[in-house]
Order: sequence, then structure tokens, then C-alpha cells
Amino acid sequence: MAEFRLPKNSRIKAGGHFKDSTSEGLKTVYIYRWDPDTGDNPRLDRYDVDTKACGPMVLDILIHIKNSMDSTLTFRRSCREGICGSCSMNINGENSLACITSALENKGDIKVYPLPHMSVVKDLVVDLSNFYAQYTSIKPWLQSDSPSPDRERLQSEEERSRLDGLYECILCACCSTSCPSYWWNGDRYLGPAALLQAYRWIADSRDDFTGERLDQLDDAFKLYRCHTIMNCTRTCPKGLNPAKSIAQIKQAIQERK
Amino acid sequence: MKLELPLAKVKGLGASGEGSHHWWRQRISALMLIPLTLWFLFSIVNQLGQSHAMVLGWVAQPFTAFFLIVYSIFMFYHAQLGLQVVIEDYVHHRGARLALLLFSKAVLILFGFLAVFSVLRIAL
Repeated sequence: MAEFRLPKNSRIKAGGHFKDSTSEGLKTVYIYRWDPDTGDNPRLDRYDVDTKACGPMVLDILIHIKNSMDSTLTFRRSCREGICGSCSMNINGENSLACITSALENKGDIKVYPLPHMSVVKDLVVDLSNFYAQYTSIKPWLQSDSPSPDRERLQSEEERSRLDGLYECILCACCSTSCPSYWWNGDRYLGPAALLQAYRWIADSRDDFTGERLDQLDDAFKLYRCHTIMNCTRTCPKGLNPAKSIAQIKQAIQERK
Repeated sequence: MKLELPLAKVKGLGASGEGSHHWWRQRISALMLIPLTLWFLFSIVNQLGQSHAMVLGWVAQPFTAFFLIVYSIFMFYHAQLGLQVVIEDYVHHRGARLALLLFSKAVLILFGFLAVFSVLRIAL
């Protein structure tokens, strides 16, 4: 059954309090902490951060905390400009990329948790191996039985435009981990991210394995666990529309009947 | 101990090739139910305050009887399809899921038959 309460060893306790040595312009940030080596329950640490000492984004604050307040804080980050998808986390209840989420727009405290309903490796780092395996399973590469041309496979401007809104996905997992269907059935439902990527190849005019791709998706769990809840589209930090891609896959399956 | 790799787990037993069928029937039955439910509610409200004999007489009219039967079939069919989705979503224990799926299906089919039978009994 779906679980509505966290298991005993996952319940969050109050944590420590760290403070920058200034009295002005302090921003309070609560961060979920869990260390697999101690065996303790997760805790919510409080950091009062000097916003003048760091940049304007949530990721800047996290980096500032790690550099000068608490070096044990663990999180993923790389490009710091919203193109790598590493720093996806739950910020004030919404999945987003820490690097493109402003810490100052919101006047209140900031609460940072790992992506929901994923097993936590440490602090804000979650285990994405199932998510990546789901991506692998949709065969995210061009498949064609047509003879290989001596040059590029050509595409008209119109054909190329069908990939707009699809190719921009950076696989940050914000959408999939915001989807209740993915929470309850993430082992069998592919999730919005993998399905948007699947549609990216279904829509590609150079790929002629469309039928095989649809065969692989026509399943009550892999595709049809989507109940158009639309959390995916709401949360996507890149402004994409995975729900629409899923609807287009369903439409394509219906068309060939 | 489980050493199965994530990709093997995700691929599992493969695609069943059946999901679209269920999805389509659920959509079509929902569409059919829009006018049928409106008609049903409108008619039921119209019967308010009528005597028992008058209501039986209304049910026995060929037009009413026919649409009550069509409505019952679509309603219970749609309810079965919807309940199946809910059970698949939330019940993860394989045995419990199969038992609940079979039970809900049986109950709703029985109620569907009962509704159709009742209308026929009054009308014929």
C-alpha cells in the first residue's frame, strides 16, 4: 500500500544551528541532513546565512554554507547555470534547480529537502540509478534501418521544429520525483522525464523505429500510470511540458489502431 | 540479497501491450456518461414527489427503460475501469492486488446485472 507516514528511522528530528557572524541581512535556511555513517535519523539543520557574503541563488547559499559554515553539507552541483541538472532538489516545497532559484525573491525562510520519495544517499544527494535505468530503457539514441548516408541525416526546418520543447530536457528528475504516480509506482511507471525523452525519439523524423518504441510503451504501468496530474509540467525548471509529450505518445498509440 | 542491475529491473517482464485498450475504453465510457448522467439526473429530479406507481410507470416506458439500461451498463463498466486504476495505483502487494481486482470486478458486474435486471423486471 501507499505509505502516508515515514518509517521510524526516516522521521526528521530537529538539528543544529549555525550562524554567520553578522547581525544584518541574515537569511534563515533549513536543510535536510542525513548521514548514512552515523545511523541517526535525518535532521533539519538551521543556517542563518549572511546574504551579502554570497550570490543571489539558493545554490550560492549552499556553496557559502559548505565553504564557510559547515563543510559536511553534501549536495550535487556542477554548471551553476541551469544546464547540467545536477542541483535538483526540493526548495520550499517545489522541485527545482538550486542554481536558478532565487533565494532573495522569497522574503521568508528557505527550506531545502532532497527530491521527494527517492532513497537518500547523503543529505541532498539521492540515488538516481533507477531513474537513469528508465532513461536507458527507452533507448535514447537514433535507430534506423535506412542505409547510412555519407553525410548528415537531413531534416527540414519543420521536422526539426518538432523537437523543440523536447531536446531541452536536462534529466534533472524534478518532474518525475514530483509525480504522485511515480512515487507510488516508480519501479514500473517510467515517469515524465523518461517519457518526454521517449517522445523526443518518437517525434524525430530521422528515427524509423517509431513503431517499436510505441510497442515498448504500450503498457498499463510503463505509460498509462500517468493520470494527467500535471505536477511535472508545473515543476519543470526548464519550462517544458512532459504531460503534453505523454499525451502525444498516447495519441500515437491510438492512431495506429 | 538482490544483485539485479537497475536496467534489468526496469525492463522487467516487458510491455504488456494492453494499457492503451483500457485507457481508451475509460475515455469513451466517460464521454458516453456525460449526456446519460445529465439525462438521468434531470429525469430523477422530475420524478421527485411522484407516487410509487407513477415512478414505476415512468421506468416502464420503453424510452426510459432503454436508456436506464444503457446508463447502468456504462456506469458500472466505467466504475470498474476506474476502480481498477485506483487499486493498481495504491495496492502493491501482488496477492492482495489480484484479490481486490477480482473482487471489485465481480461486485461491479453483479451490481450492473442487478440494475439491468431490475429495470427489465419493471418494464416487461
